[in-house]
Amino acid sequence: MTLTMVTAGRVLNQLRHDRRTIALIMLAPCLIVGLVAWMFHGTPVLDQFGPVLVGFFPLFVMFLVTSVTTQRERSSGTLERLMTTPLRKGEFVAGYAVAFGVLATVQAFVVVGFALLVGMDVAGSVWLVLLVAVLDAVLGCTLGLACSAVARTEFQAVQMMPVVIIPQLVTAGIMMPRDQMPEVLEWVSRVLPLTYAVESLQDLARGAQWAGVRGAIGVLVLWIAGAGVVGVLTLRRRTE
Amino acid sequence: MVNNDDGAAVRARGLRIVRGARTVIDGLDLDVPAGQVVGLLGPSGSGKTTLLRSIVGVQANVTGDLTVLGAPAGSPGLRRRVGYMTQAASVYTDLSVIENLVHFAALAGRRGAAAHAAAADAVAAVDLGGHEKQQVGSLSGGERSRVSLAAVLVGDPELLVLDEPTVGLDPVLRRDLWDMFHRLSGEGRTLLVSSHVMDEAARCDRLLLLRGGALVADTTPDELLAQTGAPDAERAFLTLIDRANTGTGTGTDAGTASSGGVR
Ligand SMILES: Nc1ncnc2c1ncn2[C@@H]1O[C@H](COP(=O)(O)OP(=O)(O)O)[C@@H](O)[C@H]1O
Ligand SMILES: [Mg+2]
Repeated sequence: MTLTMVTAGRVLNQLRHDRRTIALIMLAPCLIVGLVAWMFHGTPVLDQFGPVLVGFFPLFVMFLVTSVTTQRERSSGTLERLMTTPLRKGEFVAGYAVAFGVLATVQAFVVVGFALLVGMDVAGSVWLVLLVAVLDAVLGCTLGLACSAVARTEFQAVQMMPVVIIPQLVTAGIMMPRDQMPEVLEWVSRVLPLTYAVESLQDLARGAQWAGVRGAIGVLVLWIAGAGVVGVLTLRRRTE
Repeated sequence: MVNNDDGAAVRARGLRIVRGARTVIDGLDLDVPAGQVVGLLGPSGSGKTTLLRSIVGVQANVTGDLTVLGAPAGSPGLRRRVGYMTQAASVYTDLSVIENLVHFAALAGRRGAAAHAAAADAVAAVDLGGHEKQQVGSLSGGERSRVSLAAVLVGDPELLVLDEPTVGLDPVLRRDLWDMFHRLSGEGRTLLVSSHVMDEAARCDRLLLLRGGALVADTTPDELLAQTGAPDAERAFLTLIDRANTGTGTGTDAGTASSGGVR
């Protein structure tokens, strides 16, 4: 537990030195939300699309940041060194999840706050919207850790994004209602986590309460745990 | 500190390490006596890093017996007792010197004031005073490598496994570091220090000469010169290799012996 916090503190410290990345993480989603609000001014599009952006961005950004950061740990030799210290693999993965969870919480407040400011209506609980956004970000982080074992270079790590994240976006029911999809794809969408994030956020915007979204939130938590376990299992203390 | 029954901090018997398609080390027997500064010397590519990685438990495909401080290499309990400095500086370039050191001190179980005290001591030991707040990414190569060394010191290990810690440093600094290594061994610690620079041999209590993954000599600096009659370690190393090649009749690569003779 304590070495988890030591690792989380170290990762946050590294982020603190990288102001530009933090600014991009906070402002890029606001820019997109702002563009949508402006483009569709006076229509209800933002009410439908806002929740999607709020759910998608944390997943997308944290996945990218985590896979690049852990790839850097591998290539710089710091991971090899960490593996000779008392730090356990689970503590390493959990440390990353905590650090990016903190970052994600700030991001969620900024993005959701901005979306509300430019006119997104949330009939349900704003706190639940924030919760889903944070869970999405932590999921992005653990998925990034799970996938980082596959990527050998930073370039490959970035290329994992279209492989892991974009299919979720395509099948999440944004481009086409899920019940109109080919059956196989509908099934696939039933398994992938972004579907649940987007659905619960849209439901919350329409006024759903805890009872209406707790199932979806449960699925997100399961995915976080599963990806975390894969991240731990694929982390190798001994390498070639 | 803890000595083992046979006084060896590291003991290898029939050690074999395969990397990719290559068998880098094939049947190595070796002892690193406790409480000494032991030099692991050999030309680039001779398997020094591979051997050190197996000792600290991060090398895959290791077979044979490898005992470190009385426990099998890579046992979880050893991670508090063994410190490892990788050949390329493995510290966070986006953190300051002191942030790096406090982090590695914390991983070794020191918190708060104790971690800061250990970091300050280590900064002084590697002569980086004045650079504490500097980001590691803006340090010179030699300075960076000293931060990497300091990150071992903050853990206060019994066995220090250092991969080419003095490469690229100026002579004064090199002398100071070797003095520090001997001070640490005076406290009962064991230091296993690799180098491809034969000049460093004279600074060690004991020498392990490695070539092509095999031990060419296990000796002391004085013995090495006496046995070979060579004026310095580099020429002594060449003499040993020539002897081995002619002695065993496998001297097919005498030509590479001189190029193997290190720089
Ligand atoms: N990941 C690897 N896969 C295959 N061979 C490797 C790998 N790393 C090192 N080697 C080979 O192992 C041998 C020993 O390398 P190394 O232990 O780094 O030597 P040294 O540290 O003495 O320079 C070299 O021939 C090198 O090419
Ligand atoms: Mg090496």
